[in-house]
Amino acid sequence: MTTTAVPVTTRKDWSSDQEVRWCPGCGDYSILAAVQMLMPDLGVRRESTVFVSGIGCAARFPYYMNTYGVHTIHGRAPAIATGLAMARPDLDVFVISGDGDALSIGGNHLIHALRRNINITILLFNNRIYGLTKGQYSPTSERGKVTKSTPVGSLDRPFDPVSLAVGAEATFVARTHDMDRAHMQEMIRRAHAHRGASLVEVYQNCNVFNDAAFEGITSKENRGAMLIQLRHGEAIRFGAENEFGVFRLPDGGVVTDRVTSDNEAHVLVHNEHVEDPSLAFSLSRLTISDHEPTPMGVFRDVSSVEYGESASAQIVQQQSEKGLGDLASLFRSNGSWTVK
Amino acid sequence: MKQQDLSTLDSVVLRFAGDSGDGMQLTGERFTSVSALFGNDLATLPDYPAEIRAPAGTLAGVSSFQVQISNHDISTAGDTPNVLVAMNPAGLRANIGLLERGATIIVNIDAFDERSLAKAGYDENPLSDGTLGQFTVYEVPMTSLTTEVCKEAGVKPRDAERSKNFFALGLVSWLYSRPIESTNAWIEKRFAKVPMVLEANRRAFRAGYDFGETAELFDARYEVTAAPFPSGEYANITGNTALAWGLIAAAQKASLPLFLGSYPITPASDILHELAKHKEFGVRTFQAEDEIAGIASAIGASYGGALGVTTTSGPGLDLKSEAIGLAISLEIPLVIVDVQRGGPSTGLPTKVEQADLLHAMYGRHGEAPVPIVSAITPGDCFNAAFEAVRIAVTYRTPVLLLTDAYLANGTEPWLIPHPDDLPVVDPHFASAPNHVDDDGTEHFWPFQRDPETLARPWAPPGVPGLEHRLGGLEKADGAGTVSYDGRNHEKMSHLRADKVAGIVATIPDVEVDDPSGDADLIVVGWGGTYGAVATGVARARANGKKVAHVQLRHLHPFPGNLGDVLSRYAHVLVPELNLGQLSKLLRAEYLVNATSLSKMQGVPFRAAEIAAAIDDVLGGQ
Repeated sequence: MTTTAVPVTTRKDWSSDQEVRWCPGCGDYSILAAVQMLMPDLGVRRESTVFVSGIGCAARFPYYMNTYGVHTIHGRAPAIATGLAMARPDLDVFVISGDGDALSIGGNHLIHALRRNINITILLFNNRIYGLTKGQYSPTSERGKVTKSTPVGSLDRPFDPVSLAVGAEATFVARTHDMDRAHMQEMIRRAHAHRGASLVEVYQNCNVFNDAAFEGITSKENRGAMLIQLRHGEAIRFGAENEFGVFRLPDGGVVTDRVTSDNEAHVLVHNEHVEDPSLAFSLSRLTISDHEPTPMGVFRDVSSVEYGESASAQIVQQQSEKGLGDLASLFRSNGSWTVK
Repeated sequence: MKQQDLSTLDSVVLRFAGDSGDGMQLTGERFTSVSALFGNDLATLPDYPAEIRAPAGTLAGVSSFQVQISNHDISTAGDTPNVLVAMNPAGLRANIGLLERGATIIVNIDAFDERSLAKAGYDENPLSDGTLGQFTVYEVPMTSLTTEVCKEAGVKPRDAERSKNFFALGLVSWLYSRPIESTNAWIEKRFAKVPMVLEANRRAFRAGYDFGETAELFDARYEVTAAPFPSGEYANITGNTALAWGLIAAAQKASLPLFLGSYPITPASDILHELAKHKEFGVRTFQAEDEIAGIASAIGASYGGALGVTTTSGPGLDLKSEAIGLAISLEIPLVIVDVQRGGPSTGLPTKVEQADLLHAMYGRHGEAPVPIVSAITPGDCFNAAFEAVRIAVTYRTPVLLLTDAYLANGTEPWLIPHPDDLPVVDPHFASAPNHVDDDGTEHFWPFQRDPETLARPWAPPGVPGLEHRLGGLEKADGAGTVSYDGRNHEKMSHLRADKVAGIVATIPDVEVDDPSGDADLIVVGWGGTYGAVATGVARARANGKKVAHVQLRHLHPFPGNLGDVLSRYAHVLVPELNLGQLSKLLRAEYLVNATSLSKMQGVPFRAAEIAAAIDDVLGGQ
């Protein structure tokens, strides 16, 4: 690999010549713009960047990036990206997925990629609906969701993607939303910088099949009261007047409450780096029912052994112990005899 | 002491049978290794239950190992055992039906108590009720003699009992004049870390051998002299090991790092195990979360410029179907190994069958052609793996490599190739733009095909200027961008089919084995039935029949001359371990009146069955 400086680029360099074909008004446009604008700042090369996706609206993303890219099959992107990242540790591998792709058909691959800590950056666009198949409820839809496939309401309890990722002991988990470009970029920048598997859930509006799903928390007028900004080392406070805080309960859970002079000292100070995932999990449960104040930011950022690196190290170790592989000795490794 | 006569045999078929925990596979493998080193030709047939420890003493728990050793070229483990070593009543009962009049049975008489007889389903003791009258039966107290010799070494009776398989091995080693040095050396090495077990096994082996010499039980002792092999160096090798080595060798000859994405499944797991041992070759093995992730990770690795391989058996192949379709659409090198077992569903996990051929051929939605390669003997799995890699890399396509449970675990002497004699495979990575617009701008078109092979360029990430997007959506011919145009789709469908069909240009014509040159009947086998078919054909010829034989390695596309060859014969007989799948393909492709010979019993054909079918077709001719 070349060691010359990464060329200076602009958003244009990272945009492919393909016409973008999401519905007008789709939240995916703002995520695409955020990513294309961020790429020149990440210090990576276009030729060493790969976007891998599965199936769904979000999965069209790689076609619009002027990098290497592969649009694969439903739910399998994390598994394909795992093979790619293992075979090519020199690459920057991004996985673009949606709530159906990552959490329903591909749930198994997602949790295993996260627990292995393979070096990939997963962006999970969560719009709480199946868009490409025209509006069935998804694994993140609220219970009772009325859709074409659930005319009298859905029965499933939804997954919270952050809870699931933290439960799989992902080493980097964050949440952001499509209405705040700067925050999206900051989360993606940090996810990319993280060594290992990182997951960023992006609340994304589907204006055709599930419009305004996050309006109650992400709109400009509601953000102050409804978004809980997680900042490492700072007390977790929120509200229009910063009048609320997050407190830890004796049972390990967390709760929101009005901050008073009596309890101010007990407001939970956010620590992304706690090894044990329990606290990050508790924070993710604050949104257990809909339209509750919702944490945004980095829930968990811990360092752990990266999978691909370990796999490469085993090869180096075996090569130094046994010498480089030699076919002639391999063929005799189970014994042999000579016929004159 | 009576000096037993030493008779020379051309070949002998032995079958070791006992409980799953009795170590029958190990005993059979040791006898095989010693015979290989001695210079016999040989073939083996392990036969074991799917359960790791089925209820002890029952028919379900019987584990057997059959081996034929010979002083001449053989290709099967033999139709019927000449000698059955039965460690318990269930081992006897499960295998007695395989024996012909005059066969020898050696039983561990200690295991023939009332309880064990009942467990095996015997109402009467077969050793005393006269039902074994047509056989020569030797009753040997293997358990008690083993415990006896181990007692002196301080081994507890319950532990000593486990060494009784070495007693049996010692006894047959004596009976067939096998050298004992290499088994002793093997015991020393294998059990070096557990001195008590080492001592018990060494003593049991010696005791078995000495028993043969001193007990005056056996009237004769036999020898099977060495077979005349072509000169060279040989290894005794299973199909799974040969396949793993073929992949390693092919990857090295293609200068590609080998990546195996796999999920454990019987009877394919040993390929994963073998490859996992050879990281010194730069091999990355990834035990995925499921079968789908196994192939998906291999596709990701191939996309990155490695040689992606996934290994599985029938149920896993079902799960991989969608991903195989993706690899076809992406036109990316990939090898999918299917070690066939009895199906459908979980079926017969440890038993042989060839019923995945049509799945390999057609088991995907859409027009989704893949090349299919099969292996014909255990050692040939090496060549078949190499060939699958050559096709995958040259034509940028997934290749299905079919072996089976018999090939996977069976062994034969394998002539070790010289690495320099193995052909080089050129991955020929794309390095520069390949298309110029009218305005002079250069582009990389990922679907700009090689005019001769129709293969598209393989452009792993990392090369500036070749950035491109691929996907499972239909692609525009040439540019490779998304295209929903109907005519383009039709053209691409033809191109994908033509590319696979065109592989015929690089595969050898079939060589017909037709010594008389005027046979009326040709037997067309494929894959692992080679040994039984060749032997059956030879028998028919010995009986005056004029019979030709071809064994197909390439199932898709078929070799270029196959149609002409088939048209020269009045009768085409197609033996397969399925309900007639190749037979259907041959009928569809060549309009020949193929006669199917089907077997679905979880065991290989017997040569006699092939010979009988030939007689049936030819009648009095």
